[in-house]
Amino acid sequence: MGKTIMTVDDSASIRQMVNFTLKDAGYDVIEAMDGKDALGKLNGASIHMLISDVNMPNMDGIELVRQLRAMPDYRFIPIIMLTTESQDTKKQEGKQAGATGWIVKPFKPEQLMAVVKKVLK
Amino acid sequence: MSHIDKHKETFKEEAYELLGELETAFLELEESPDNRELVGRVFRAMHTIKGSGAMFGFDDIAEFMHDVETVFEQVRDGKIAVTKHLVNLGLSAKDQIRAMLDAYGGNEPADESRSTEIIAAFRKLISRDDKKSGAAKAAETGVSGETNCENIVYRIHFRPEKNIFMNGTNPIYLLNELKELGECRAIAHVDTIPPIHEINPEYCYTHWDIILTTGKGVDAIKDIFIFIADNCELNIKVVDGYCESDEAADNEKLGNILVDRGIISPDDIEKALSSQKRLGEILVDAEAVTNEGLRSALEEQSQIRDARKKRQTTETHSNIRVPAEKLDHFVDLVGELVILQQRLSRTASRQNDSELFAIAEEVERLTVELRDSAFSVRMVPIGMIFNKLKRLVRDLSDELGKETDMATDGGETELDKTVIDRLNDPLVHIIRNSIDHGIELPGAREASGKPGTGVIHLSAFHSGSSVIIQIRDDGRGIDTDIVRARAIEKGMVAANAELSEKECYALIFEPGFSTAKEVTSVSGRGVGMDVVKQTIDSLRGSIDVESKKGKGTTITITLPLTLAIIEGLQVEIGNEYFVLPLSAVEECIELTREEALKAKGRHITNVRGEIVPYIRLKDWFFLEGNSENIEQIVITRTGDRRVGFVVDRVVGEHQTVIKALGSVYKNVQGVSGATILGDGRVAMIIDIPHLIQAVEMEENSLCA
Repeated sequence: MGKTIMTVDDSASIRQMVNFTLKDAGYDVIEAMDGKDALGKLNGASIHMLISDVNMPNMDGIELVRQLRAMPDYRFIPIIMLTTESQDTKKQEGKQAGATGWIVKPFKPEQLMAVVKKVLK
Repeated sequence: MSHIDKHKETFKEEAYELLGELETAFLELEESPDNRELVGRVFRAMHTIKGSGAMFGFDDIAEFMHDVETVFEQVRDGKIAVTKHLVNLGLSAKDQIRAMLDAYGGNEPADESRSTEIIAAFRKLISRDDKKSGAAKAAETGVSGETNCENIVYRIHFRPEKNIFMNGTNPIYLLNELKELGECRAIAHVDTIPPIHEINPEYCYTHWDIILTTGKGVDAIKDIFIFIADNCELNIKVVDGYCESDEAADNEKLGNILVDRGIISPDDIEKALSSQKRLGEILVDAEAVTNEGLRSALEEQSQIRDARKKRQTTETHSNIRVPAEKLDHFVDLVGELVILQQRLSRTASRQNDSELFAIAEEVERLTVELRDSAFSVRMVPIGMIFNKLKRLVRDLSDELGKETDMATDGGETELDKTVIDRLNDPLVHIIRNSIDHGIELPGAREASGKPGTGVIHLSAFHSGSSVIIQIRDDGRGIDTDIVRARAIEKGMVAANAELSEKECYALIFEPGFSTAKEVTSVSGRGVGMDVVKQTIDSLRGSIDVESKKGKGTTITITLPLTLAIIEGLQVEIGNEYFVLPLSAVEECIELTREEALKAKGRHITNVRGEIVPYIRLKDWFFLEGNSENIEQIVITRTGDRRVGFVVDRVVGEHQTVIKALGSVYKNVQGVSGATILGDGRVAMIIDIPHLIQAVEMEENSLCA
């Protein structure tokens, strides 16, 4: 069975690109538009990894990670944040909240896959 | 539309939407400048336009947005107040982005001077101490870290924080990634693991010493640990490397390594050395170092040694290009030497002179070595042809509207250069046939439940003194009914002939056979496979077909390693000597006169219950001399067939240097060449498959 990755981003184009890349590599993808949407869609569902944007309406990526890490189901899954180079502090905040790593925007599909392969086996 | 174009379209739609939202937000913001939520919306919209724009190649928009975003970030953080001026600027920035987007849609390009103007206005707003250098792009992805060095030995000390699992990191993955960089040995330090009742399974107690030999630079190693750079103790040290000064290279003594790591002091070594035991054991005994500490140091020692050895060998590995004729001449001379050596051995054993005998033995040993090394010089990897074929597969499939991938393995398998040179055409023929007749059109493949792209798998490997090359496709396979019908139509077999699967496949290699309904430019006019078989035969190889209807076809070519010298079995028939290739010989049995008479003139014998036909070489070659009461049969096997050859006497193994027969003898059937024996006499080398074929043809014509 394929592994499931949840992607959270408010930008439709990035979501589309990330999802396309992941599906192409054989992963199942659950999409969410922001942190709140993500939590709603998860609701105990089993996922193997989460890729989330930082800046999002309703609930941002940092808060999403914090909440996920507090749930036993998502305590140890790899979580990757999508950040921009101007958000060094966000990166640190994300790490502190429990993110596994990050990808700096703009990134290419190959870079995304390299990171996914790095943390998800 | 390519995927990237699709993403671009999505981005444009999204951006227009966001611009609309920006406008409403700005207008509302003018009404209530203190609304934090509105500022957040503005910032996020800009941030998304910038981030996504850069992702999909809208670089001008992303760049323009950078400074605008910086200002609004400060607004969000309360460093800049919302003013009418700011809202105006924001709206004009929004209009400018729309113009830039329109330009991508085919409208005239946006006014660049306007962009510069707006940017300048925004920059004035940025509070001085917060000015960010736009150039501070972190080079975090894709640090290749290549170095010029072949082998650097690194010692990496990696101690993750106890709660490393909490952020989804698995240290094992990181170690595995390290392994991909080169020769890597990780020694886990388990001495820090507490007793079992104190263990928290969610903590990582282990730390590692990793000794890595790689050509990559330190950055490549650091890259692996990039996500947890702040959550672990990471210590990377070059302990041996070309790029380093020699100073580092003097460290390889175990004691020095331990001192260097700060595990022990030089005094510990002093003390230890005064005793007689091995340094490592002493140190462990003295509890100056843990077992793991010692093991990891020993590992380092051995990897440094290996790395140095490798460097030394690579230094001496330089190539010389030599014309092929020179090599051929060299191999010829070695062949002559082998013959001469056999003469020497023969003479020595005759004269019963122990001193001469010793010399002869020595010469024999050297000659064998010389022969082997002479042949190894002529060996070339078969991968050379494989690569050429890849191109062929691609071009052909395109031409025929099929989709075919080629996979290869065993490209490093070596074969004699002459064999390789002559193998090219047969392989081209076979692959053409596979694509043309075997692989179906993508639609047909999918209809029968196969992936649309066909695969031709080319592999080569050694098997004893032969090399086996397999061409396997997953196409429609060979339809034996069609083959049969075709053969009957062509008058190659009788209409009522019963053919086994094997016999059917064999028909494919008959001259003038072609099953394709239309003659295509690709597989030609049926002059493919028989030529293939001839070429393979002339290389003293054999070809075999296996096929499953609907599943695919496998063609197996078995070739001798070399063409110049073979191991042969020397036999005597009526005062003449012959050589049979030893690789085909299975066993030798006796044939008594009574047994031969019992068969009532049929040339068959019973080998442990199996009926084996035999050929009397004396009759075939019209040799003189009466048959003895007990003759010998040499049982040979080609493919699945066993055939015996009746000879007077089996002499023994013979290093056979193959000499080509002159053009006068090219029509002699059943002989592939000649060799010179130790006493100077000439012996014919029997071409087993052709001889059998010739005998069969003669018998068939007698029957008809």
